[in-house]
Amino acid sequence: MIRALHRWPGLLALALVLVLSLSGAALSLFPAAERLAAPGGAAEMSVAELVPRIEAAIPGLEQVRRAPSGRITAFWFEDGTPGAAVIDPATGAPVASADPDPLLRWLTNLHRSLFLGDAGRLAMAAGAAALLVLAASGASLVARRAGGWRHWFAPLRGPLAARLHIEIARFSVAGLAFSALTALWMTASTFGLLPDAASEPAFPAAVSGQTGAPVAGMARLAATPVSDLRELSFPYPGDATDVFTLRTDSGTGYIDQGTGAELAWAGLSGWERVSETIYRLHTGQGAAALGLVLGLMALGVPVMAATGVLLWQAGRRGRPRLRGNQPASRAGTILLVGSEGGSTWGFAATLRAALTSAGETVHIAPMSAFDPARYTQARRILLLTATYGDGAAPASARGFLARLARAEARPGIPLAVLGFGDRSFPAYCGFARSVSEAAAAQGWPELLPPATVDRQSPQDFARWGRDLGAALGFPLELAHQPERPAAAALTLVSRRDYGTEVGAPTAILRFALPQVPLRQRLTGRGFGRFHAGDLLGILPDGAAVPRFYSLASGRRDGFIEIVVRKHPGGLCSGQLHALAPGDSLPGFLRPNPGFRTGRGTAPLILIGAGTGIGPLAGFIRGNAGRRAVHLFFGMRHPGSDFLYGGELPGWQADGRLARIVTAVSRRPGPRYVQDALRAEGLEVARLIREGARIMVCGGRDMAAGVTEALTEILAPSGLSPVALKAEGRYVEDIY
Amino acid sequence: MKSVLAALALTTALTLPAVAVSARPVTLTTTLNAYGGDGAYLVLYVTDPQGAYAGSLWMAGGKSKYYKHLTDWFRATGGDPAQINGITGASVGAGRTLEITLDLADALFDAGYTLHIDAAVEDMRDSPNEIAVPLTREGAGTPVPGRRYIASFEYGM
Repeated sequence: MIRALHRWPGLLALALVLVLSLSGAALSLFPAAERLAAPGGAAEMSVAELVPRIEAAIPGLEQVRRAPSGRITAFWFEDGTPGAAVIDPATGAPVASADPDPLLRWLTNLHRSLFLGDAGRLAMAAGAAALLVLAASGASLVARRAGGWRHWFAPLRGPLAARLHIEIARFSVAGLAFSALTALWMTASTFGLLPDAASEPAFPAAVSGQTGAPVAGMARLAATPVSDLRELSFPYPGDATDVFTLRTDSGTGYIDQGTGAELAWAGLSGWERVSETIYRLHTGQGAAALGLVLGLMALGVPVMAATGVLLWQAGRRGRPRLRGNQPASRAGTILLVGSEGGSTWGFAATLRAALTSAGETVHIAPMSAFDPARYTQARRILLLTATYGDGAAPASARGFLARLARAEARPGIPLAVLGFGDRSFPAYCGFARSVSEAAAAQGWPELLPPATVDRQSPQDFARWGRDLGAALGFPLELAHQPERPAAAALTLVSRRDYGTEVGAPTAILRFALPQVPLRQRLTGRGFGRFHAGDLLGILPDGAAVPRFYSLASGRRDGFIEIVVRKHPGGLCSGQLHALAPGDSLPGFLRPNPGFRTGRGTAPLILIGAGTGIGPLAGFIRGNAGRRAVHLFFGMRHPGSDFLYGGELPGWQADGRLARIVTAVSRRPGPRYVQDALRAEGLEVARLIREGARIMVCGGRDMAAGVTEALTEILAPSGLSPVALKAEGRYVEDIY
Repeated sequence: MKSVLAALALTTALTLPAVAVSARPVTLTTTLNAYGGDGAYLVLYVTDPQGAYAGSLWMAGGKSKYYKHLTDWFRATGGDPAQINGITGASVGAGRTLEITLDLADALFDAGYTLHIDAAVEDMRDSPNEIAVPLTREGAGTPVPGRRYIASFEYGM
């Protein structure tokens, strides 16, 4: 619901909001420029001191105005010609033209009415209202994603477009909401919908009938500092019944031109004051710094618009058309999808195609449409679901748990839950877990134990497919490739072999950088830009599903390097190990923004075993800033599989690596990397207390062992791996 | 160009002095100069031989919150909306011409009545009494220049 409230106003009012924000940002510069250009020196003066100076310099003076910026303008009429100029208060002399800036006028009219008069004003007000709805719904989405308002500024993970969108939003949403609200107020005021009409004093019934009192002697003007002045109008020359009219920040009054006495005065009403304050805050007139801040925040709108459209398109693209969908009442398999960005729909489509070609009838629907009363022919329910933020339901599964709680469990329909997520998030597949726990508690039978797919891993998905096939009694091969980019031919430059003696043949393979098309170089896509820790996808001959390897090099290194262990019977690792320098094979890049060192100077604790050292070595090699890096590395035997054993001492010598601690498992008294951590527990705890970032790469068992060891090490200081993960200070790349 | 026919534009104050109420169509043409600002608010009104406000003929400008800038008219009427009820139109852009046709009582001519125009432009100075021309049969068809915003004004019978 909130998502729809965010999406539709955003798309419908896109053009209006863009015009509003760009013209608003440009307009914000004018008050600041005027403030800088306005001659100073009048702050301490009274009106009775200032005005005689101008009278002396300008014959025929009719009016003196002061803008909130401090700029003083005089208007005169002499020899039948009107004139106007900006005044230097020190001398009273004209210093600059007072003609309105045509660019300012053009921008103002564009900003408030699209040059279309009242209809345009209403359209722009609708744009402001859309911006307000966007700000409110967006803020609540950010809070929900972060896991509550308290975590408003929690670090972000995920694709670049989403991060940019939210990063800009959380800094500018307050300013944008403020600009939109004040804009709506000003529109209401312009259309006379607010009781903020100017309070004018009644014109005096009688005046002295004399003329010629000097301005310098008028008590009211002597008591009014120039900083309070808005406007002083002179009586018509030769009209003894006319008066001086004074407008100040506090009200309007009339002064007799013969006696200098005050004839009438009316203060501003409360509504008038509020409206004027709002006008100044919105336009930045007299509040130039605030204006600049609001203008800067407005500049975030085009970026948010572009990333917002990208996110919306990505969500749509991922959702397949449900052509040929079986009705819920006739399908044997009910396939329900909980998807946020749309990628889970892609997996579901692959599953549906495989089941259909095996002769099954499949009904596919969003989880929020769960309705077991209609599943009359169903023999099983398959639930594929992502997780939103901190364990919440994704968009297409909203309301599912409530529907599940209301429904009667059906003993004849077993259920399988497959969660999709990213292991680097603390609430990994949290919603899928809630779903399977709730279903079990309700008494729904289990078709398969709950399983997960990490970062859209085709391998995880294929593995679950085989398990499902086994449970259903027919072979099920799920070859799902989420949007594979075009592969480039990678040519092997060199290879270094390790580990043959200990039964774990491992190679460091270095490929030349492929030719990158100009467009990719400009947009930083594909091999145009990559970092150590990103993933290299390799599609082996004779396989439908690619394998992914963590990169041990970044684009700046000028080569592509991965560390591959040869698995017995492994198709892809076998083909990679068979490469000789000069051979090539196709590969593509997949960014892995969740596993980066990030900026900053906090120490890094890198923990890895076996081939897991690949990206860690890449981080060390790229550590040009000489950040303190502590490496914990587990191997079998230093004589055989000490990967990067040749480079590490050199990196240590030139300051890229502060310290290396190794653990060796194939010797008497075997030690694993988690044992090495425990042995260095005090030092590790100290580093973490000082803000160190922990990055773990390696097998699942090793990662679990490391988490356990760190839990023990950190317990005395009240920290925990879970809390560090939530902060984004503990990230893992596990395979 | 704007052409409006208002059958009884003036308030009763203006029509009462007439013994036999005879009226004739009068065309009022106001041409603005290119003063380089947004659309101008203009108000056309009449004062009697004593200089007291007698009634309004036309208000060009729709938002009453800006009427205070038409200083003389506002002082005379207190901004009373009843004075311009039914005789209000859009503001007039720089360089444009406002032409209105209305029936004016014969008794207004050659009797000491004066037609005034107050003008105001956003962010520029207010210009009350831009135009002040005595209403005479002889003066009809003679263009009169304004002070700041009005290039010329004339009334034709």
